[in-house]
Amino acid sequence: MENSNILTIKNLKKYFFTQKGIVKAVNDIDISIKEGEILGLVGESGSGKTTVAYTVVGLYSPTSGEIIFRNQNIGNEGKNRSIKLKQEIQIVFQDPGTSLNPARNIYQILEVPLKVHGIKNRDKKIKELLQTVEIPEDYIHKYPQMIGGGERQMISIARALASNPSLLILDEPTSALDVSIQAKIINMLLQLQKNFNLSYLFITHDLSLMRNIASTVSIMYLGKICESAKCKEFFEKPLHPYTQMLLSSIPVLTDAEEDIKPKKVKSIGEIPSPVNIPSGCSFHSRCSKKMDICSKEDPIMAEISAGHFVRCHLFKQIEL
Amino acid sequence: MGTQAPEDVVERLRVEMHYDKPIFIQYYYWFKNVLRGNLGISLVTKHPVLEDISELFPATFEIALYAFIFIAVVGTAIGVFSARYSNSWVDNLGRIFAYFGIVTPQFVFAIMGMLLFCYVFKILPSMGRLDPTLTYPAKITGLITIDALLQGNFIVFFDALKHLILPVLSVGLGGMAQSTRITRTSVYNNMRKDFIAAAQSYGVPDRVIMFRDLLKVSMNPTVSILGLQFATTLSNAFLVELIFNWPGFARYGMTAMLQKDLNAISGVVLTVAIFVMLGNIFADIVNSFLDPRVYLLSTSKE
Amino acid sequence: MEKSLLEVKDLNLHYVVFGGSLKVLDGVNFRVGFKENIGIVGETGCGKTTTMKAIMRILGMTTAKISKGEILFKERDVLKMNEAEVQKFRRREISMIFQDPTAALNPVFSIKSQIYNVIKYSQGTEKKLTKKERKDLATKALSDVMLPDPERVLENYPIQLSGGMRQRVCIAMALLSDLDLLIADEPGTSLDVTIQDQILELLNELVRKKGISIILISHALGIIKNITHRTYVMYAGFMIEAAKTTELFSNPLHPYSKGLIASVPTLVGRGISNGIPGHIPNYSNPPLGCRFHPRCSYTMPICKVEKPPFLTVSDTHQVACWLFKKEGDKIGK
Repeated sequence: MENSNILTIKNLKKYFFTQKGIVKAVNDIDISIKEGEILGLVGESGSGKTTVAYTVVGLYSPTSGEIIFRNQNIGNEGKNRSIKLKQEIQIVFQDPGTSLNPARNIYQILEVPLKVHGIKNRDKKIKELLQTVEIPEDYIHKYPQMIGGGERQMISIARALASNPSLLILDEPTSALDVSIQAKIINMLLQLQKNFNLSYLFITHDLSLMRNIASTVSIMYLGKICESAKCKEFFEKPLHPYTQMLLSSIPVLTDAEEDIKPKKVKSIGEIPSPVNIPSGCSFHSRCSKKMDICSKEDPIMAEISAGHFVRCHLFKQIEL
Repeated sequence: MGTQAPEDVVERLRVEMHYDKPIFIQYYYWFKNVLRGNLGISLVTKHPVLEDISELFPATFEIALYAFIFIAVVGTAIGVFSARYSNSWVDNLGRIFAYFGIVTPQFVFAIMGMLLFCYVFKILPSMGRLDPTLTYPAKITGLITIDALLQGNFIVFFDALKHLILPVLSVGLGGMAQSTRITRTSVYNNMRKDFIAAAQSYGVPDRVIMFRDLLKVSMNPTVSILGLQFATTLSNAFLVELIFNWPGFARYGMTAMLQKDLNAISGVVLTVAIFVMLGNIFADIVNSFLDPRVYLLSTSKE
Repeated sequence: MEKSLLEVKDLNLHYVVFGGSLKVLDGVNFRVGFKENIGIVGETGCGKTTTMKAIMRILGMTTAKISKGEILFKERDVLKMNEAEVQKFRRREISMIFQDPTAALNPVFSIKSQIYNVIKYSQGTEKKLTKKERKDLATKALSDVMLPDPERVLENYPIQLSGGMRQRVCIAMALLSDLDLLIADEPGTSLDVTIQDQILELLNELVRKKGISIILISHALGIIKNITHRTYVMYAGFMIEAAKTTELFSNPLHPYSKGLIASVPTLVGRGISNGIPGHIPNYSNPPLGCRFHPRCSYTMPICKVEKPPFLTVSDTHQVACWLFKKEGDKIGK
């Protein structure tokens, strides 16, 4: 079983030390992604999901914990990761407007990773990359600001694919785009995943999007995972009060969707500052099913049914 | 001491003035004296440099102060109007004016102004701080205009003001041009922000938006530049004072430079340096009042 | 036809830019009835916000020029009002909530000083408030939008508040006066879904309580569906479809509306459609005829030459597309 995981994160912690105190951006999380799987990591802003992405890709060094990529612990290497690993794990950033250098044309942008990873025959490879993301070849002379937001994100994706990675971190790749453009990009990402047998760590705040593409969904709140389950089960049997609150907040279009949504859970409050995390279960300040124990003791992750994990005092571990 | 001075006398003087020691030891002695308020003795006037400077500085400070006020008030106002009526004739005129101001050396303004107002129109005096027929008011601050006001001597006040107009304009025009452009850019960028549209949508009149909402949020770069410019006006006064025969410390510094009077030069440079520092500190303090983000950001999460 | 609160007729607007102009609005037509909730949907850059700012006449500090059209508010043309009338119109009859609450609050003034300034102008000059009345009014406005501890919020600067709180402050300021029409430009879209949900619920309740009309702009179609009675779909500077909201989402007619609605990912998980190819045209040189034709899969020869008129399909449904032109249809606005 172990071997089928492309990425396993164990007890990962990432703290930032600031003037105001310690920001526990990622506080002891476990995640595993199987080969060829799409894991959806969902959370509000400030939940620490982007920190997870940056830590996995090596932009941050973890405070503690393990990041195991194909049986090899790469957590301690941080920024000194080998070029081979960097080829394997790539990232697509949220805003293509700022992640592409405006002073370079598309050719130059795509050339950088090829140079870094010592890939020969660059002209041909760049053409292939553009073909892969369905961008016309004559775009190589254009600059990022001359093309649409959707096309820019395609270029970002092409850049990430340049080194033939096997794991792609997608940090809200479509949240800056319109739904009509998002649809196209998502479809292409799914196609690429099939064609190249990629694995995705897909970070987003959009649950409806995850319903359509993820194989497993995990919810993050204030640096911790609250609930994690196979996609279908996650949406049909959401257990954690926070998941229910998120799901019931989604504005939907059809009655069929209205039926699947949990009973209206009134959403209260806002995500607290990660400097000042509430005691006990960090969600208790907004929870509608709060009990006495919640403010005192932090619940532990329990496996409710096969593959369905919840971290809440309402649920107890079943004997498997 | 002439070129004919005997070797041993020269040697004695070298030891006395610590020229035989390494340069940082020399610096140590110089610095120790500066901290005690001893800037040495001017080789030209044979007076202590500090005395010379404190005697002459108020005259220069008067020009610098008025020039600074001119830069701050007029420059900002033109900047706001140029931004508000961007690409109209007001803006274009301001732009031409600003580029002239930036590229033209101060002494050109001084000479042109003198030609125009003193020789052609004969409406402004060309020399000194005060008409020779008038007596200087008793020295309180050393700024004639303020001293005269304090003593209720309006004849002297207006005459001093008249003498100030041309030097102040010559010194200030370049700086004003700069602060105009900087204010314009900043206001222009902020004008498109949603909070301005929001203020309009609440029915706040345009003039209130311009000079309340927009100005406060746009002043940061201007204030930073003004902080630097205060010291610049001091050094800009150098040539201008010569032209107007102004008895200020800039002229003193100029003479010192030409005579290689090292003690006087370092005294003048030190004074300007202190004002550079003061200007910047003051600008930072003003900025933190204008924009609470300056101090809030350091303590709150982003 | 029943009386309209607001009627925009053939609004044309362009921005003057270096070396030309951006023809952003190309004949916008729509109307809002009394106590009617209107939705406007469309992609980023389709001119929704510009239209709203034109209605409020707050484009004065930009290079926008209105070349043609009328904006009738209670039968008065907003574009012909003089300065004093416009101020009164903005203070008493209309308000707007901006998309990004962070950008809509002046960062260098405290909340107190911003609210007081709005109170000063929205209450008119005839009534001079005492300090206490003013403070009570501000505190009440903030507690009406469910802000906890309004007294403390008053003393804060925008940067000290969370996104959701900033949005609440913006709503409080917009609702200070007795108004007839509230324009809400993507309220909450820059916020998290739970906060957005809270904000919309609040907005919906306030609008119902005050009995006013609202124009809700959003590209989150689910929000539009929950709140509005009628919805317009906008594309590249003109309205392409108008219908009762439920009808629009169950039976969209225009190829663009169809594509847009199909693009929304659903909770049921039926997969994701292919979206709409291409992107919003460049406004310096927009396509001739129907501006959507380069992206449309049903393009006919006429689409490339002539702009389609607004065709009435049923009492509750209009569409601007040549596909729905029947022989003998009268072409009306």
